[in-house]
Amino acid sequence: MVQRHTIGDKLFNIFLYVFMVMMAAITLYPFLNVLAISLNDSVDAVRGGIHIWPRKFTLQNYREVFTYPHLVTGFYISVLRTVVGTVLGLVSSAMVAYVISCREFMFRRFVSGIFVLTLYFSGGMIPEFMLIRKLGLINNFWVYILPGLISGWNVFVLRAYMDTLPENIKESAKLDGANDLTIFFRLILPLCKPVLATIALFIAVGQWNSWFDTFLYTTGNPSLTTLQYEMMRILQNVTVSSTGSMYALGQANAPRVSPESIRMTITVVATVPIVLVYPFLQKYFVKGLTLGALKG
Amino acid sequence: MNLKRAMGKIYHQRYLLLMSLPFVIWVVIFKYVPIWGWTMAFQEYKPHRTFWQQPWVGLAHFRELFRDPMFYEVMRNTLVMSVLSLICGYTLPIIFALLLNELRNGFFKRFVQTVSYLPHFVSWVIVASMFSKLLGIDGGVNQALMALGIIDKPILFLAQGRYFWGLVTSIEVWKEIGWNSIIFLAAMMAVDPDLYDAAAVDGAGRFRRMWHVTLPGISTVIAIMLIMSIGNLINIGFEKQFLLGNNLVKDYSEVLDLYVLNYGIRIGRYSYGTAIGIFKSVVSVTLLLLANGIIRRINPEGRII
Repeated sequence: MVQRHTIGDKLFNIFLYVFMVMMAAITLYPFLNVLAISLNDSVDAVRGGIHIWPRKFTLQNYREVFTYPHLVTGFYISVLRTVVGTVLGLVSSAMVAYVISCREFMFRRFVSGIFVLTLYFSGGMIPEFMLIRKLGLINNFWVYILPGLISGWNVFVLRAYMDTLPENIKESAKLDGANDLTIFFRLILPLCKPVLATIALFIAVGQWNSWFDTFLYTTGNPSLTTLQYEMMRILQNVTVSSTGSMYALGQANAPRVSPESIRMTITVVATVPIVLVYPFLQKYFVKGLTLGALKG
Repeated sequence: MNLKRAMGKIYHQRYLLLMSLPFVIWVVIFKYVPIWGWTMAFQEYKPHRTFWQQPWVGLAHFRELFRDPMFYEVMRNTLVMSVLSLICGYTLPIIFALLLNELRNGFFKRFVQTVSYLPHFVSWVIVASMFSKLLGIDGGVNQALMALGIIDKPILFLAQGRYFWGLVTSIEVWKEIGWNSIIFLAAMMAVDPDLYDAAAVDGAGRFRRMWHVTLPGISTVIAIMLIMSIGNLINIGFEKQFLLGNNLVKDYSEVLDLYVLNYGIRIGRYSYGTAIGIFKSVVSVTLLLLANGIIRRINPEGRII
């Protein structure tokens, strides 16, 4: 391609770089700001004026946060539901995708049809709430896993990927006497690693980030609280009284840490696991997302 | 004979049947049984009665809904915020992707992309926590505006109703612009490079190439994404409004799902709440079909149904 560097071109390039640097700065600033405040002495932080670098460095806020029993439980449950939910959700979605990718399967259209329909409508908040209550899942750990086990969307992304695998590998495995269960676990799953990584990321992020199911279903059992829910409670207390009056958490330890610093510290604790994982999966999820949009 | 063949087929595919059965049961229980719950909207539902003991009331709950002035306020808030989010959350990622596509430096491009995806992965709880700090009296936004001389005393952004719609939309754009640009960018990469060369030979500058080559090249993807966004117009959820809103801005932050939560679950008026849910489903399916129909006329490849 012939590149002609006119003045307009150069100006455009300068604009492009300035714009992109600003975009990156606007995106990162809130994160760095929260990190800086969480690493700063909390009495000093009240004076304000901290941007992306702590003024009086300390780890006191982190030590403090990990002594609150609610938050420790919340962290533990959040990790547990993310791990269990991702593993079960991934295997289940992949199994459904495998079944509807088998052309010879007699109920293929039926199974795929009942999952397609779920993409377009849902019962809504109240019928779902009544169902959960009838099933006895209130104040039960499995309410985090079962209702959202499979998303139709994920099934169709996985299935679109499985359709690109050559048909004859399955045939030859069958000739060797393998059944569908063996083929699925031994042959298909390993071949689907890139798309499984994408879906695993989506499910894990959804699990880690959700708070509404705790809010609706498990508030009666404090041992099932989640990090995001605890975070939400602190946030609600702060915004409702916009003057930022002491939240019960901070009150007990008022001299050492402010509720604001605690809030910023929990924000960091809840963000870090995701920030550590997603850049490594970037090339997978870009591909997975494109596959889903173009086939779906 | 036929029965024997069918039995043989079932036996032959027993593993596939075994693998799908648990999930068919799952989908029926968790996705289809709640649809049966829609009958509640036409009854005066009380939890201790069985289905046959619930008195039928016809469309009474719907009539009450359409007579409630609160409903119209909630509807207005929902529609304003969803239309704002559709306009900004749909056009800005396309522009962002167009500009990213023009970056020649591979490393810098990847860096900007990676950074721009970050906010998508954090929860609304965290985003709301960050922005309630940033938008506070001593937060970064007020400091920046004062330093620039635009305002002379700090504004309590989250305590004033007139800012709420704009703030929610801006924060949503901040969170999702990078993520929503992924699909457009991927589509742009698939545009035939020869077309750019041909356009360049014809004397088209960068803007004209973006306008005449890149955009038409991704028009199908643009159409598909538009239909899906319109179908979801009314399903804006309530997370952002629940987390960023407070009593002071209630008149601007109440949306349909919050209304269901407050009336349906908190007060226990299950039938009324279900009626609102049905109304929502009907509106979104209608919008989806409408958008699909319009797009089918303009660009037949872009339809999704």
